[in-house]
Amino acid sequence: MISMLRSLWMVFMHAFKKRETVLYPEKPYELPARYRGRIILSRDPDSQERCVACYLCSVACPVDCISLQATEDEHGRRYPEFFRINFSRCIFCGLCEEACPTYAIQLIPDFEMSEYDRQNMVYEKEDLMIAGEGKYHGYNFYKVAGLKIAGKDKGEAENEESPVDLNSLMP
Amino acid sequence: MVNIYIDGIKYQAEEGKNLLDYCLSVGLDIPYFCFHPAMGSVGACRLCAVKMYKDENDTRGKIIMSCVQPVQDGMIISIEDPEVKHFRAQVIESLMNNHPHDCPICDEGGECHLQDMTVMTGHVYRRNRFKKRTYRNQYLGPFINHEMNRCIQCYRCTRFYREYAGGYDLDVFGIHSRVFFGRHQDGMLENEFSGNLVEVCPTGVFTDKTLKKHYTRKWDLSTAPSICEHCSLGCNTIPGERYGKLRRIRNRYNYDVNGYFLCDRGRFGYEYVNRETRIKKIKARFGAELQDTTEDEILDKITNAFEKGKTLGIGSARASVEANYALNKLVGAENFYAGISGKDHQILRNYLDILRNYPVNVPSMKETEEADYVLVLGEDITHSAPRLALSLRQTLMKKAMDEAARVSIPRWLDHAVREFYQDGKAPMTTITPYNTKLDDVASKSLRLNPHDTVKFGFLLANRINNDAPAVKDYPGEWDEWLDQLAKALINAKKPLIVSGWGNGLEEMLKAAANITQALNGEERKAGLFYALPEANSMGLGLLEGNDLSGIMETGDAPENLIILENDLYRHFDKVQADKFFNQFKNILLIDHTETNTTDHASFVLPSGVTAESSGTFINTEGRAQRFYKAYIPEAPVMDSWRWLGRIENHLKKTGGQWNSLDECLAELVKGYTVFKPLTELAPPSGFRINGEKVARAPHRYTGRTSMHAHKNVHEQKPPQDEDAPMSFTMEGYNGTPPSSLVSHYWKPGWNSVQALNKYQQEVGGPMHDGDPGKRVIEPTDNPKQQYFKVPVFETKTEAGELYLTPVPHIFGSGEMSSLSAAIREATPEPYVLIHPNVAGQNDLNEDDVAIVRANGKEWKLKVKTDDKMADDVAGITTGFRQSYIVELPLKGNIEKQEKK
Ligand code: SF4
Ligand code: SF4
Ligand code: SF4
Ligand code: SF4
Ligand code: FES
Repeated sequence: MISMLRSLWMVFMHAFKKRETVLYPEKPYELPARYRGRIILSRDPDSQERCVACYLCSVACPVDCISLQATEDEHGRRYPEFFRINFSRCIFCGLCEEACPTYAIQLIPDFEMSEYDRQNMVYEKEDLMIAGEGKYHGYNFYKVAGLKIAGKDKGEAENEESPVDLNSLMP
Repeated sequence: MVNIYIDGIKYQAEEGKNLLDYCLSVGLDIPYFCFHPAMGSVGACRLCAVKMYKDENDTRGKIIMSCVQPVQDGMIISIEDPEVKHFRAQVIESLMNNHPHDCPICDEGGECHLQDMTVMTGHVYRRNRFKKRTYRNQYLGPFINHEMNRCIQCYRCTRFYREYAGGYDLDVFGIHSRVFFGRHQDGMLENEFSGNLVEVCPTGVFTDKTLKKHYTRKWDLSTAPSICEHCSLGCNTIPGERYGKLRRIRNRYNYDVNGYFLCDRGRFGYEYVNRETRIKKIKARFGAELQDTTEDEILDKITNAFEKGKTLGIGSARASVEANYALNKLVGAENFYAGISGKDHQILRNYLDILRNYPVNVPSMKETEEADYVLVLGEDITHSAPRLALSLRQTLMKKAMDEAARVSIPRWLDHAVREFYQDGKAPMTTITPYNTKLDDVASKSLRLNPHDTVKFGFLLANRINNDAPAVKDYPGEWDEWLDQLAKALINAKKPLIVSGWGNGLEEMLKAAANITQALNGEERKAGLFYALPEANSMGLGLLEGNDLSGIMETGDAPENLIILENDLYRHFDKVQADKFFNQFKNILLIDHTETNTTDHASFVLPSGVTAESSGTFINTEGRAQRFYKAYIPEAPVMDSWRWLGRIENHLKKTGGQWNSLDECLAELVKGYTVFKPLTELAPPSGFRINGEKVARAPHRYTGRTSMHAHKNVHEQKPPQDEDAPMSFTMEGYNGTPPSSLVSHYWKPGWNSVQALNKYQQEVGGPMHDGDPGKRVIEPTDNPKQQYFKVPVFETKTEAGELYLTPVPHIFGSGEMSSLSAAIREATPEPYVLIHPNVAGQNDLNEDDVAIVRANGKEWKLKVKTDDKMADDVAGITTGFRQSYIVELPLKGNIEKQEKK
């Protein structure tokens, strides 16, 4: 009898406790910056597409929900012709982000992606690209790589000598 | 066999073999770069270090390079010793000091030997704080991309290109730490085998430029064992597909056939598959227009049209045995025509007669490398059967090895052997009307017009053996050549006579056959290698179709015609072909690519190209080889034999409804016992390993839940293949399947093509369970020598008249390859090749336009000159899209086009 009353009392007292339930969606929910939510494709500090279409995210993806096709601009800079993520398959494991050698693909703390129609869960490059650098600032893959692209000749990448002069006989 | 000890374990090894080769053969992983099974060792990269101990009391040991160390009795070595492991990691570290940060954008990535070796040695971090060396790249033509920063100076490229393939225009330049591998200036790589650099170079310096246009990683390709469709040699290939497009062709190792290498036509000639000239829809003619229609509709239409009247069938040398058989069965053997020119038909018939009834030894391509004397009779092999030329070139190595053995240089020290055999030539004589690429290794080259070559051949046979028919009336200076050549051939243990379709002369084959017959004796069987024109010329020949030339003119043709994968304009003169087509009421064409013949068709059915079909080709030596679909093409495209089966079933209400290749084959061998081996080429489609099919896609294949999601987010069931025990996904067996089903090379730690080592019995040897493919004709035991009668020789040319002889070209003469973008870039304009004297007489200069007249016709061609060619000959490019010129060889005149 006592214990029943005690329980009733405790339940009653909960009505005056601080509320745990968040009034979502009226009140937006703040997630930590490293939360693994919606995937985006970022740009490098020069506002160029960061993704170099290396296929490493797609091979890392355990559910195979990323597909893309590489292509090149006329100066040899490689980028994806299309880039598709099927979010209805994605398990938000973050392996793609970990595999990405350019910081292009990033998971951000946004999870508001519900759809009535599953077909709308298929995101193309236009839906994935953002305007900025995302979580990782400063890195520019093409400044480090040896490949020549528009505006960066051989020998002009970070930590590179100027190209070998083949006509030199100096030892 | 001797005992050696590796890390404390006893092994039995062959003495004198190189240690690296042996260790790799028994499955021990030693990292290496510069060693290549086909090109032996040089010891340039220093990566293959192991420790060798004096005896069991020696605890320190010394570091040696395993690739230059012969196996010795009682040898004690260690691969796992910490010091030597550290040494190998250091070698990699120093190579990586200058390596660019390129992997993500490097086309080698994912199948890079450097990546594999780096991981294998454990090197992970670049400690060097200094700057990286850089290079400028070169333009190397439409086939090969150059990215010199990635080079690790292993010298494999130049060893392959210069020494193995005999090229001149790729070399190493510069000194010290600045060595550069490239050409003396930008320009297309001239060698016909340059594409192999893609696989030979262990890094991303040389990569496939055609793949770059639609780049896909190795792990994303759906692949199947296939056969090259671009000439009659039947090199084994691996086509790779992604998103419904053919992305590249890679070499598929077959010890007996192509080994490690393909020619550039075979590797880069695939691009036509993705072109808009492909036939992809079912079409029926309404008035002047071909319009799309459905399968049911067209089958009804065809039945209506073909029910009445007799139907002729024209087969094809580029279609599979199965497809030709299906047509043969549909129209009946008496109405089945081979669909090649009368001359080709005759050649094919004679060749089959020789194979069946003469004591002749037809070597495999591998065996041709072992020949100790080669006579190339009237044929420019490099252009008519390219990969064979690479094999013939290796006869030089055979001789060099024998020489080097005298001073105990082991045969696998390839470079040293070649250096020792300075300026040595191959035991080879070439007799051709103009300068050919093989001349630079041949110890003697004779320049004769093709008709004289035939005569010379018959004379030579008689000189070797008196039983051979004699020839009277020949130039006196031939005597010396004849004697020399006869002596060389008689002294050889394995003489080999080589010729082919390119010269267009039926008698050339007879002359070659007579020489082989003359050489044959108790102790020696001479080899005869004759290259037919197309991938399945031999298969078509064995089906014994009728000679189409016989009815081209007669006009008693029946009402209906079915053409299988054939463009008659490539075999017959335009006027003749036009007339032929006009006789028919209904013409049904089954083909994969639009040709001039398409314009005459009233019904068109789309067939798959080789990479989209399953079937069998029989190569020129009589080797039947199976190919499987790398991917299922979009409906309604399907195998020609399936189409023909469906038509048969619809038309006759019985038969032809084959569900699988096996069913089709079972019926085929019942009708033709010669094709019996075709059922044994590969396991039947019900074959399973641990209950699984063999996977076409590698286990890392990506994007399967996303690649079709833009069309429909609900995943479709993967397509099924009734013809092969192979799946179209990564699901299935991914270990080492029977060699006839191997479609990619991958082993743990070995992502590059070098994983192939683990699929062979020993490195560079046959595949683990023997090589795929089976001969359908074996040489007869009937030892009776037979000779062809001496033909009536061409009368001498009149003043100003020239022998017009066909000049095949690796880039341009192939029907399908010449549609491919990269090949087209490498194709010359059609030309006439003449001696400068002839040019002078006719007031012509290089690059002028000349008018060539013969047979009442004329052709306008660009002039090229060759001062080493015979001066009574004009060579004319043959088989080119712009000008087929089917009737060569002819006699004719040449003159300058008057400027207007
Ligand atoms: S791993 Fe990064 S750079 Fe590579 S394809 Fe994916 S997003 Fe692009
Ligand atoms: S050559 Fe190999 S290691 Fe170098 S960038 Fe290319 S993939 Fe990476
Ligand atoms: S280009 Fe390739 S094959 Fe040639 S030396 Fe460099 S790494 Fe070796
Ligand atoms: S030699 Fe002939 S079969 Fe071999 S790759 Fe070249 S074209 Fe193909
Ligand atoms: S493989 Fe032995 S030194 Fe290169």
